[in-house]
Amino acid sequence: MKTPIQFRLNGEDVATFADGGANLLDVLREGVGDLSVKGGCWQGTCGTCTVLIEGVPRLSCVTLAETCTGRSIETTAGLRHGADLHPLQKAFMERFAAQCGYCTPGMLMAAKALLDRNPNPSREDVVEAIGGNICRCTGYEPIINAVLDAARTDSRRHT
Amino acid sequence: MAKHRGRGVATINYPIGMNLGGDPSQALVHSNPTGKFTVALSSIDLGQGMKSVTRQICAETLGVPVEDVYVDTADSDTGPHCMGSFASRGTHRVGNAVMVAAREARAVMMEAAAEELEVDPSDLETDGKGSIRVKGAPHRSISVRDVAIAAHGGFGTQRRHGHIRQGKTIAGRGIFLVPLSDVDPETGEMSPATCYAHACLIAEVEVDDETGDVTVLKMTSAYEIGRAINPKLVEQQLVGGSWMGMSHALYETPEPYYPDTRNGPRDFNEYLMPGPGDICPHDILVLERPAPDGPFGAKGPGEMCANPVLPAIANAVFNAVGVRINDLPITPEKILRALKARGSGSAPARLR
Amino acid sequence: MLEFRKDIFADERDDNLMEIGQPTQRQDMLGHVTGTSPYYDDHRFANLLHLKILRSPHAHARIRSIDDSVAARAPGVKRIIRAADVPVNLNTLLGLIQFGKDDEPSLATDIVRYKGEPILGVVATSERAALEALALVRVSYDPLPAVFDVEEALKPGAPSVNPSYPKNTFEYYGKYDHQKLRYGDADAAFAQADVVLDERYQMSPIEHAPTETNGSIAVPDTNGRFIVYTSTQALFFSLDTSAKINAMPSNQLHFIGGTVGGGFGGKVDTMTEPLSILAARLTGAPVRYRFSRHEEMQFGSPRGGERIYIKDGVMKDGRIIARKVRAYFDSGAYTRLSSYAVVKCAAHIPGPYTIPNVHADVFCVFTNRTPATAMRGFGVTALDFALECQMDKGATAIGMDPLEYRILNAYRDGDMKAHRREAKNCALIECAQVAAEKANWPLRDEFRKMSSRKDGGAAHVGGAADRTRAPASPAATRAPASTPQRVAYERPAPASPPRTAPAAPPPRSAQPPPPAAPAGSTHGAPRFSSVFGTRRR
Repeated sequence: MKTPIQFRLNGEDVATFADGGANLLDVLREGVGDLSVKGGCWQGTCGTCTVLIEGVPRLSCVTLAETCTGRSIETTAGLRHGADLHPLQKAFMERFAAQCGYCTPGMLMAAKALLDRNPNPSREDVVEAIGGNICRCTGYEPIINAVLDAARTDSRRHT
Repeated sequence: MAKHRGRGVATINYPIGMNLGGDPSQALVHSNPTGKFTVALSSIDLGQGMKSVTRQICAETLGVPVEDVYVDTADSDTGPHCMGSFASRGTHRVGNAVMVAAREARAVMMEAAAEELEVDPSDLETDGKGSIRVKGAPHRSISVRDVAIAAHGGFGTQRRHGHIRQGKTIAGRGIFLVPLSDVDPETGEMSPATCYAHACLIAEVEVDDETGDVTVLKMTSAYEIGRAINPKLVEQQLVGGSWMGMSHALYETPEPYYPDTRNGPRDFNEYLMPGPGDICPHDILVLERPAPDGPFGAKGPGEMCANPVLPAIANAVFNAVGVRINDLPITPEKILRALKARGSGSAPARLR
Repeated sequence: MLEFRKDIFADERDDNLMEIGQPTQRQDMLGHVTGTSPYYDDHRFANLLHLKILRSPHAHARIRSIDDSVAARAPGVKRIIRAADVPVNLNTLLGLIQFGKDDEPSLATDIVRYKGEPILGVVATSERAALEALALVRVSYDPLPAVFDVEEALKPGAPSVNPSYPKNTFEYYGKYDHQKLRYGDADAAFAQADVVLDERYQMSPIEHAPTETNGSIAVPDTNGRFIVYTSTQALFFSLDTSAKINAMPSNQLHFIGGTVGGGFGGKVDTMTEPLSILAARLTGAPVRYRFSRHEEMQFGSPRGGERIYIKDGVMKDGRIIARKVRAYFDSGAYTRLSSYAVVKCAAHIPGPYTIPNVHADVFCVFTNRTPATAMRGFGVTALDFALECQMDKGATAIGMDPLEYRILNAYRDGDMKAHRREAKNCALIECAQVAAEKANWPLRDEFRKMSSRKDGGAAHVGGAADRTRAPASPAATRAPASTPQRVAYERPAPASPPRTAPAAPPPRSAQPPPPAAPAGSTHGAPRFSSVFGTRRR
């Protein structure tokens, strides 16, 4: 028995049907078709599936999709402003902060949540903000530097 | 009752490519009608930068800007055979195959250019910026784009130029294979690899003799990799690899009491790895002693970048608190047990 | 953070290049930061089915019976896949290059040999339906004795793990149960050595733990072919293995690899494609077989644990004159790639050092645990850990600086290696010198001047003469004979008053190594005074 779910995704209204008990990750990927959200563990321990729900970083793999009805969700697919990259995306590129790229969407969302509430973070703030996101390739240093770089650039925030 | 600092070192080498050779890779390179090149590979990019490295190698060999090359990979219908991405073979084997293919494509391109300019191909050179010109007379030149258009024989070029009578395929094929080495069953005589990369890594740690905790404070390393195709990609490997080495040395195990199989971690809460707050500064120096058979002398840093960290940390722990941990991972429990077994009071700090 | 020492070996390079050496942006970086790089799972299908696998809870057991009748009728279940459905149900990955016997089933038949071994598959309309159906399968087992320790597995009477290799070791050249390396006469050299170190090292298995787990989606294509989206690191290995197991012509398979979300060697084995393809053939629908994180962690192949024994014969002047290695690779229940790792390990012995007498035996051992596979540094990582800890111990035993010890023994161009090949293109010494300089690790002048190039170094300390000599007895020139001392490193230190740590480390002495080391020296040598029974002054 499928339940209708309607919410705002990256500023647009979307709707889909989901099985009872479906998690937000599956609904975003397979229901709505937003493949920018990735799944790493499906048990809430790696941070790969991080999305923002009303600006707060959440693990979509352990978030009940039904609880998201009517709420505002942001994913990596919505980071660009038209053709312009978000400062975080530019900074990740410049700092070569991705190798396999699989953790990158979740990492970007965790970093965005930080910069949206704290535009001038310390290195410790950045470490704390991405502390729930596992990266197996980069050793974290370029990611931390990228987030600090993005904070320093004087640009509008995309919400 | 105290934290003790220590330094340890490891020096290693690493064989490039599948052991004993016999691991071929192939590549195809071709131009589209307006002089943009595609490299077709079945090789896999798993983050190490296969696509990027082969792109630069192809561009250099063709003599065109890297923006004019695109690497298409991982499709068994369009990419020729490649043994796979492992054993630090990508840059060396696939890179070489791409060079062979690009050389063939370049030769056709230069022939076509020579026909258009009415000179001998040996009189021509590429400028690396998209043009082909006569050596010593650079004003006599033609763009790669125009050469491709002419060579493809379409767009009315035959009528206009009347030079190229038949179309030319600006394309090339390449294979690179290190022949499989025999192994003597009695003596182990063999040719494991044609070249080796090298490294020295110094790790500085702080060990808490009350909790057994090890904090890695600093790493300093020197890597010799033949030729750095792309310094940023090399940096990615060496930084990321040293993190993985630290993780291997101090944190990871699915069987904490190996060979007893019980109490194995089931998820990332139980399988420990260092997080962003656990990393340390790492000064890296890169040396290049070109491998005679590497593409532009390149070897491959992808695997060895984790290896020296493990013993360097073990040796640093010894230098700090005087105990040798011979079983990995080096856990606080093992350090405390070793300190207890050793029986003395606090160990002096020893910093080299 | 990262700098180049272009000055070193500059005369061997032509640095006049256009694109090589440029920090060009990665071709895939824009895709990564926009979340558009395509991984194998980034495809949607309206009628996707899900394959989930029933796995053995026992390390070693006979399967007495399987009853999947209730599971087959469970909601959402389209098909049960049994061992009998697999066209060719025995394989080994390196069979493609004619190395080893087919020894591993895709689905277990009568015996399970490791905890987690696949027994049966359920294909259903959702992962949840597949998992709930799996729970309805009834299997009865007769547990069998199991073995988990590599040396236990080699003892007579140990449970036999792998019927293709009944004595629990891979067979090399149809003749030996291990790979040998023999160069010179190590045993004779030990008798001549001043110091002998005999040590044991143990690695734990570890996980690749990529953020993306192993998986594949097999999709029936319009002309009787199958498209397979896969996380593999080796496209044609996986394609040809899948074709063999499914008894299909290779051109019926169209493999498309994604960007791979981390591999590190854990996606070289063909883990999921053969069964996802079989499921697609049997159901006519796209089927995804995706490892859960729990499966990836507990049943996906790890880096195998290695146990390594190293015995070194060392002279007081710092030369290592003999090295003997005995190493065991824990392959788990099936071969996969461990047979190859053993040869690579033997190929790596004795490390990047010129040692005139080398002896090694390296084993690939079967135990009742998850089969191991390649991981970053395969065959070498464990050995480097053991070798470099051993090097440190040797330096400490004779009171020599650990880096100088390595530089002294480092291989140089033209040296003869234990595999009877000439060393060339060496650079270990230069790496050591450069790192030492950067880290302010003092080296004596003669070591700072040494070189990897043929005869390009200063006179060797300690009189090591002919570095390129063929295997023979140890050099005649050596320090006056003393009784070789066996060094046991785990002896407790004698009760001694705790030293107060100096506020700053004292400057390193530039003198030759102890026995004349001043008190308070930073060598660490005084800590081991108990070993030699004398107090170093």
